[in-house]
Amino acid sequence: MNRKQKTLLLRIVAAAVFFVPLYLISEQFVSAQMPPAALFALFLLPYLLAGYDVLRKALLGIRNRRVFDENFLMTVATLGAIVLGEYAEGAAVMILYQVGELFQSYAVGKSRRNITALMDIRPDYANLEVGGALRRTDPDEIPPGSVIVVQPGEKVPLDGVVLDGHSSLNTSALTGESALRDVAPGDEILSGCVNMHGVLKVRTTKEFDESTASKVLDLVENAVARKAKSETFIAKFARYYTPFVCYAALALAVVPPLFSPAAWGTWIFRACTFLVISCPCALVISIPLSFFAGIGGASHRGILVKGANYLETLADVRVIAFDKTGTMTKGSFNVTGVHYPSMDESALLEYAAHAECASSHPVSRSLQTAYGKAPDRNRVDNVREHPGEGVTANVDGVEIAVGNEKLMQRLGVPFRPCHHPGTILHMGVGGAYAGHIVVSDELKDHAPEAVRQLRRAGVEKIVMLTGDAEAVAERVAAELGLTDYRAGLLPADKVRCAEELLQTCKPGQKFAFVGDGINDAPVLARADVGIAMGALGSDAAIEAADVVLMDDDPLKIATAIRIARKCLRIVRENIVFSLAVKATCLLLVAVGLGNMWLAIAADVGVMVLAVLNAMRCLAVEKL
Amino acid sequence: MKKTYQIDVDCANCANLMEETAKKTDGVKNCTVSFMTLKMKVEFQDGADASEVMERVRANCRKVEPDCEIYL
Repeated sequence: MNRKQKTLLLRIVAAAVFFVPLYLISEQFVSAQMPPAALFALFLLPYLLAGYDVLRKALLGIRNRRVFDENFLMTVATLGAIVLGEYAEGAAVMILYQVGELFQSYAVGKSRRNITALMDIRPDYANLEVGGALRRTDPDEIPPGSVIVVQPGEKVPLDGVVLDGHSSLNTSALTGESALRDVAPGDEILSGCVNMHGVLKVRTTKEFDESTASKVLDLVENAVARKAKSETFIAKFARYYTPFVCYAALALAVVPPLFSPAAWGTWIFRACTFLVISCPCALVISIPLSFFAGIGGASHRGILVKGANYLETLADVRVIAFDKTGTMTKGSFNVTGVHYPSMDESALLEYAAHAECASSHPVSRSLQTAYGKAPDRNRVDNVREHPGEGVTANVDGVEIAVGNEKLMQRLGVPFRPCHHPGTILHMGVGGAYAGHIVVSDELKDHAPEAVRQLRRAGVEKIVMLTGDAEAVAERVAAELGLTDYRAGLLPADKVRCAEELLQTCKPGQKFAFVGDGINDAPVLARADVGIAMGALGSDAAIEAADVVLMDDDPLKIATAIRIARKCLRIVRENIVFSLAVKATCLLLVAVGLGNMWLAIAADVGVMVLAVLNAMRCLAVEKL
Repeated sequence: MKKTYQIDVDCANCANLMEETAKKTDGVKNCTVSFMTLKMKVEFQDGADASEVMERVRANCRKVEPDCEIYL
């Protein structure tokens, strides 16, 4: 509890100590004779003790032309009760209202701490090396290029490159899974990981604000600023609801007495009770809290949701398309065969590796690996990329074409088709066919299970999009248990496919695209919600996507959907529950069945329950 | 230009009020207040002096919510 809360607690306790004996006397549980004026004066004491700041804020509100806030409502309701001679009710409502306020402030503060504790990846200090000695320094003050030392058990404070030392890093704070990553001199390391055993000397490459840990935290904190539809709905609702109830209360106080003037006191009292129920706090507080807890819980599992609105969209996903390479497959290609070579195999690989030397595509990298040496770029010129087909280049002055059947057809090179699964790179050397290289990729361990879980999560349509050939796509789809795939797609075709799939969504259904975030940015942007995988350390992916999976486990797609569903279910529960209780109480009071005790119980009780319910969003460990 | 300020406020509705008030203040282009993180993100209009604008924002917020605090 902070100082403000402690003061409030003290005031409530003091007010209650005064109030209880007075109440017993006034209700004649204890017989003591007291004139009403004395009773009034005595009840005023706990009333003002508990509520003087509410009265002050209400006055300020009126002066600033901001009536209809909760302070105003409570002031009018309690003063109304006191004027009508219901001193006990007036004072009790004020005390209970403050109990509610205290609880709200305490619960929200605690929840905020719980949630931020889950995301505790912010490093507190860095050991800066100065003249051979170590000095503990605020990571904010360390410029890029400094040398820091990370000791065992410490968090890596800034992104950098290892200069000296060997160790394993635990990436669980970033990915949600306890996985060890071995590092050696020359390796890049990311802030937020925990150094497990060795001492590492690191040259920092980024400022604190640009480092991974800060970026992840920033993302999660800013996520709350993108408000979900249900949040805006409630904010709008509150704007109309409170004045509406005020006018209804006014009508209740004025209209019925016109017909039976004798009972005007009863009606005014009912109107005051109306005002007590009207406070929209339960909704206004619990809904953003639910989303914040959901986003915090998800980030703890290595799923970054960039806005409450995306959490909402994610819950309605019924159609999913995903990219094959890097999403469902490991994306680590290997040359598995060289068929019909017209020259020595190694010479063919040498040509292929050189022609593809400018590309960073995984297939090109597999060629470099198979070649075994670093290609000499001086031997290559006139490199041209043909999107969706391959590459042509001159290597040592010889015209080389590396690509699929389309490229060969277009260049008029007769080729021998291959029935091996995998990516087939046909080679044209000097305009003649020189055989083909088979490059294949493996499925990720969890990929088939991920597809099954998506189905179980209620996703109706799962489509694989790939630039690869039909044969490869068919085999991978079969292994995944999918029937729907589109093969041979150029980057632009993927966007078109995404648009087609968007069309197939029924109203209320949403379309998600999962990709690696590097080649798929346009599709990620086009989908209702774009999910990037394996984004640890990739700024581009974090930039392009709405939901970022920090590790590259496809099972997390279904987890993200389940977390979103749970969060949205809790939000709806809170909306329905609070509104139902309030509506029932308003009705009961209007017909004279409720009193002010019921009203304050409805107001404070609903708020407490809604906040407790909202905190369930944080429990996502088992999802 | 965008800047983020730490704030202190007690209730969610009050945070919404602060956001609305800040948005209406001269020199502020846009503003979001997050009650959950107790942060106010302010986007200033071109050429506005941030510290001067924030003084006004704080004064205006105090009018709607006397208990609030913006740490400048």
